[in-house]
Amino acid sequence: MNIIVCIKQVPNTTDVKIDPVTNTLIRDGVESVINPFDAYAIEESVRLKERFGGKVTVITMGPPQAENALKEAISLGCDEAILVSDRKFAGSDTWATSYTLSCAIKKIGAFDVILCGKQASDGDTAQVGPGISTHLDVPQVTYVKKIEDISSSKAKVERMTEEGYDIVETPLPCLFTVVKEINTPRLPSLKGMMKAKSTKITKWTADDIGADPKSIGLEGSPTRVVKIFTPPPRVGGQILKGDTCEIAGKLAELLKDVVI
Amino acid sequence: MSDKNAISVILAKCTGCTLCVRSCPFGAIQILNISAELNVHAEQGRGMNKKAVIDMSKCNLCGACVDVCKFKAIELKRAAKGPKKDLSAYKDVWVFCEQKKGVIQPISFELLGEGKKLARKLGTKLCAVILGSDIEAKIDELSARGADKVYIVDAPGLKFYQDDPYTKVLVELVSEYKPEVVLCGATTIGRSLISRVAVKIDAGLTADCTGLDIDEKEKLLLQTRPAFGGNIMATIITPNHRPQMATVRHKVMKEAEIHKTHKAEVIRKKYPDNIISSRTTLLDVIEEIEETVNLTEADIIVSGGSGMGGPDNFAIVKELAKVLGAAVGSSRRAVDAGWMPYSHQVGQTGKTVCPKLYIACGISGQIQHLIGMQSSKVIVAINKDPDAPIFKVATYGIVGDLFEIIPALTKEFRKILKKC
Repeated sequence: MNIIVCIKQVPNTTDVKIDPVTNTLIRDGVESVINPFDAYAIEESVRLKERFGGKVTVITMGPPQAENALKEAISLGCDEAILVSDRKFAGSDTWATSYTLSCAIKKIGAFDVILCGKQASDGDTAQVGPGISTHLDVPQVTYVKKIEDISSSKAKVERMTEEGYDIVETPLPCLFTVVKEINTPRLPSLKGMMKAKSTKITKWTADDIGADPKSIGLEGSPTRVVKIFTPPPRVGGQILKGDTCEIAGKLAELLKDVVI
Repeated sequence: MSDKNAISVILAKCTGCTLCVRSCPFGAIQILNISAELNVHAEQGRGMNKKAVIDMSKCNLCGACVDVCKFKAIELKRAAKGPKKDLSAYKDVWVFCEQKKGVIQPISFELLGEGKKLARKLGTKLCAVILGSDIEAKIDELSARGADKVYIVDAPGLKFYQDDPYTKVLVELVSEYKPEVVLCGATTIGRSLISRVAVKIDAGLTADCTGLDIDEKEKLLLQTRPAFGGNIMATIITPNHRPQMATVRHKVMKEAEIHKTHKAEVIRKKYPDNIISSRTTLLDVIEEIEETVNLTEADIIVSGGSGMGGPDNFAIVKELAKVLGAAVGSSRRAVDAGWMPYSHQVGQTGKTVCPKLYIACGISGQIQHLIGMQSSKVIVAINKDPDAPIFKVATYGIVGDLFEIIPALTKEFRKILKKC
């Protein structure tokens, strides 16, 4: 089975602090990590490989330092890694990003399954996975919480919904975006870490993947950011004091209009 | 980067004041020691000055630094716009109305309420789009919510949401009738569907908006959304592509009022089998929400965290939720400990919620949890640790033993709600 897993390097939010003066994120010295949802996609791809044999190719689009995220993915069991990196990609929105990744995937060649995290923790759009499947014209199932059954030609999966889940059957090749519930990611193994050190990361530019210059970067992006601002910070309100019954009565009274 | 778009620091004007460094949401600017020969040095030395340097591999050309610079030392050149595509053929504001089992989801009414305001500002019509099977009766409901036109596609193959047929039908409709704006809920269905449609028809799409407005001069949709977990807001436009598409967060917009006498023009469309067909097959739909209330749609949420101490103790949270007609939420720690199912998790790796009232019981308030609930209108925090970060965002805080406070609150609310 040929599996492709798409990942993104993001700032680690457990490290994120807010500048008390400007109220913006302090990003200096913030460690970059694999997007938390992509960790589940990596784990699922490695589990599929362990069951069916084959190969897991991990791919990311990003700056040169995103190589570290790929190395980590190798240490977790991925076999090959591709960094799609070019100054020409700067300013890409989700349309251009999914186009770029789809060009790179076409260059990789035949695949059975593409796995992505449901969304990235910095942008939170959940648009790139479905964008890739549309550019490649393959079926997709989003928010997958379980791969129940999978063979060489089709898969049966559970898709999380607001009310519960759907059971969906799809032909392969296909793209899945996955949620946290799908598995518990393993830690890197010593063997994996050794392998990560020796594995050569393939690097592709815009020309290498044959991307149309008009469809990448800022020019290929239909959307433009016109303003960035800090929302007024939420300030703590009042602390209610007194004995339990007193507080409960006071709070219920304060919230009367909200709950009725 | 194409050389038509460029950002540069005018070194003669830059004072190294760091304002731009702090304004950059992408961490792309550093202050470095630069010599007269434009070499970068690690140590401050003779003839060197502190200047801002932009790391182009991180820069997204958003212009935040340009606005904040007091010395006009950063210059952003945007590519001269080529001959504009003819966008004038695109009219009307569309709302994709999501139905499940024939029930229109509340988010659709919120979008119709907001869509009406946008349509007024643009001087165009508000149109509702609904796909499903045996949904003819829904037309009156959508008319009453203010739709001037209702596009309805009624076919057995559209009974349940599936990516392929819904995408193809919406692409057909948009290509034929050319709306200027398309809005859709940022639901699991909405995000899967609209992402596909936007790529197919080469449209701009902004995810999970919490604010929409019209730039009245340019007649553009201003789409505002949180980024980096809500600590930064970004306003986004789609200047040269149509339609301008956006998914919108639950519970942020006000539902359209009901006017029973309002009648919409109805456009019924039929499509051949190859449009309605799907590569994927929906085998079953399982509902498993324990408390019957959908978290993202709930007006009130009562959440429990690690302070609950164990799965059985959630009973008091569930009891309070029952009295309030609320949904039950959970922190990540309580989910990871196996006390609550993942579908109840609020926060970065769970759901983002925006209810009228959020009651956090025994939740310390790590940033990942706050990201998921800090836009709630009223937040109540109950925690024994007075220094817990949750109190920094709470409208009302109670420091104390939740096993005493929650049952006392339940009792008080029961009294109040019975009285009315």
